Amino acid sequence: MDNLLLELKKQIIAQLNLQDIKPEDISDDLPLFAEGLGLDSIDALELIVLLQQYYKIKLTNADDGPKVFRTVKTMAEYIENHQTDK
Amino acid sequence: MYIRATGNISPQHTYGHPLFLPELVEYVDNRLSCIEPDYKGIIDAKQIRRMSRIIRMGVASALECLQEAGIDMPDAIITGTSYGCLEDTGIFLSRMIEYNEELLTPTSFIQSTHNTIGAQIGLLLQCNNYNNVFVHSGFSFESALLDGIMLLREKEASNVLIGAIDEITNISHSILNRMGLYKQNRISNKEIFKNKSKGSIAGEGATFFLLSNESSNTDYAKLIGLRTFYKPQKVEDIKKEILIFLEENTITLKEIDLIIIGKNGDEKLDRVYDCLQSEIFSQNVIINYKNLCGEYPTATAFALWLAVNIIKFGKIPKAIDYNGVSTSKIKNILIYNNYLNKHHSLLLLSECKN
Amino acid sequence: MSETIFVAGTGVISAIGNNISECLDALKNSRTGIKHMQRLDSVHKNKFPVAEVNLDNESLESLTGLSSLKSRTALLSLVAAKEALYNAGIENFDNLRTGFVSANSVGGMDKSEFFFTEYFKNNQKGRLCNVVNHECGSITELVAYQLGIKDYVTTISTACSSSANAIFFGARLIKNNILDVVIAGGADSLTKFTLNGFNTLMILDEQFCQPFDENRRGLNLGEGAGYVVLVSEKVANTLNKSPFIKLSGYCNANDAYHQTASSPDGNGSFLAMSGALKKSGLKPEDINYINLHGTGTQNNDIAEGSAIKRLFSPIYPKMSSTKAFTGHTLGASGGIEAVFSILAIQEGIVYPNLRLQTQMKELPFLPEPNFLQNLNIKHVLSNSFGFGGNCSSLIFSKI
Repeated sequence: MDNLLLELKKQIIAQLNLQDIKPEDISDDLPLFAEGLGLDSIDALELIVLLQQYYKIKLTNADDGPKVFRTVKTMAEYIENHQTDK
Repeated sequence: MYIRATGNISPQHTYGHPLFLPELVEYVDNRLSCIEPDYKGIIDAKQIRRMSRIIRMGVASALECLQEAGIDMPDAIITGTSYGCLEDTGIFLSRMIEYNEELLTPTSFIQSTHNTIGAQIGLLLQCNNYNNVFVHSGFSFESALLDGIMLLREKEASNVLIGAIDEITNISHSILNRMGLYKQNRISNKEIFKNKSKGSIAGEGATFFLLSNESSNTDYAKLIGLRTFYKPQKVEDIKKEILIFLEENTITLKEIDLIIIGKNGDEKLDRVYDCLQSEIFSQNVIINYKNLCGEYPTATAFALWLAVNIIKFGKIPKAIDYNGVSTSKIKNILIYNNYLNKHHSLLLLSECKN
Repeated sequence: MSETIFVAGTGVISAIGNNISECLDALKNSRTGIKHMQRLDSVHKNKFPVAEVNLDNESLESLTGLSSLKSRTALLSLVAAKEALYNAGIENFDNLRTGFVSANSVGGMDKSEFFFTEYFKNNQKGRLCNVVNHECGSITELVAYQLGIKDYVTTISTACSSSANAIFFGARLIKNNILDVVIAGGADSLTKFTLNGFNTLMILDEQFCQPFDENRRGLNLGEGAGYVVLVSEKVANTLNKSPFIKLSGYCNANDAYHQTASSPDGNGSFLAMSGALKKSGLKPEDINYINLHGTGTQNNDIAEGSAIKRLFSPIYPKMSSTKAFTGHTLGASGGIEAVFSILAIQEGIVYPNLRLQTQMKELPFLPEPNFLQNLNIKHVLSNSFGFGGNCSSLIFSKI
């Protein structure tokens, strides 16, 4: 799980081009949207592709986004629960 | 109409530089790239992370112009871009082809649209006012300028932010190179008018102006007239258009202190300018500018920036090589540009009389 | 400056017809143009329905005389522009300053896609003829050349509001005494670039779209072109037309809220509509019909609906989104819908908002589900809102 969390943070930073932010700046429970990291709806769409590209998980219902992408931890939990090929 | 402020990111030291082109930045290449500022402190870190190079250049140049004008909410934002946001277009296209229409992300698509820069400026300023984008090759900037002039005439606006933005990317450079637009020999931009050869040198830029119908006492110059004409068949037609333009604005060539022309070093395209130089412009002081910024469809914006600065500083800058005739005070400047001998434009500038 | 701008002619091509009369027939008979994807060669063929023009490039060539090897956008543009010019019935252009102001969103992208498939394998490959008209302005020039227009040409691209802006820029060129006649509007053909782009935003409907329905799921893309011929009063006086239609109001405003999403209260839409009303000197209750932007996305329809509520409450004009017929034709939509708005006045009709089942719970009104005729339609408001917050509204009026 810890590896996955770190990996995810690096991927989020790279995919969203979060300048001047390091993985250690994103705590596992930091809200990714709004008052936390400040991501927006376009970022949510980027994260959907991230899940698909690196974890082969297809989030078919965009409405699930806010739940899944609440924090890095919720993302990691979702990945662990939905990864079938590992 | 008054040009109150400017912002310019170009292949020369134009952005945030207190001196007016003290020297020519040399490029021994057929590609001149913009000298970009450090955007930290200009654009908020949260907003900049998605912006491609052309968007950053456009936004920074627009913000500099507004800051100089002391205006935080222009009545209109009008941009001209021929190529639009090529980098994002290229990213989305290449990924779409490589991944066979799967695993695509929205950011590059959203930012590929031609209205991205104008919209980003509007968004940053929270400006709900008129916002328009012209995308017509060598008329992109001229159309934007005409739109702004009409808004001022119609009293729909009292100040308008008008800009031209075009970028070269590796992809566009390689394609336009294959089309024969650029020189194949390595030559310095200092030499392009001396050693004629086929093709020009690629350029780019992000240039903004604040145009107002009220004088502010600190304006650069007055914009007296603008005329465009499309695909003239022969040089005679061009001469005719120039004379009509001067007559419309009740000025003669004798009264023009300086003419800025759009020669680009291409032996064939420059013939039109040579003809005019040896005929109707033969008694005028003439300078070139495309050795400074390169050739691109919205290069007239650089010429306009140069003209209004020459009027403001009262002199032709050191970076410009000209035939040395000592001129009295430069009050009236004519710009004549054509892009690929298809899109022709004339601009007339005068000093502001206080 | 206060001169009246007259509409002398209209022309259109879309998935529901290749000209005015075919489109009218489909509109009157509730025949949608949205279908299973046939012409566009996309891997998403079986997933997303689209509204394709029912002619291949070769047929468009024989209709227009322009080579089928050119961008489909130019071919579509030429069909509609030619029809508009023909309908205008201007016999002699000799002493008229004539311009072509066209809009599109991705230029010759349909051909560029072929080019780049080769180019990305080897940057010396790819046929240059497929990329030479990539730029938006190039499409306009191909068509202007065929129309014989040289006095003034330009191109506008403000995403989905592009051709509405082209129309009112054209009108202002006449008001400012720069031109006498302007053919204005826009065109876009379906491309993989735009289809995939909208897919990344997850706003494409896998079923037929349901604009302004509580259960709407997104939009279907379409293609086509729509143009109006605008003329000065001087030119209008030489033409034999009745009733004449004028462009009585227009406004361009920016939502300045988000790169793609509209503000929840539709502030930009409100400013565009109220600005157009102000320009025309009309009151909200004077408007008889609104041709909605109505894409069918969650976001657009609530924003546009909220703005209409704020501006028109408590009396609402008839309204409908014709995108349920034509799909969202992006850079062409403002042109096509301007033509439909003018036809609504000329014919005294209101188009049905197809597939409307459930009223949106946030809105106190329902667009018109049925085709209505024998009405006296005097003033029509046409909305076009786009990415980047670019919102424009036009008002056409009977004289």
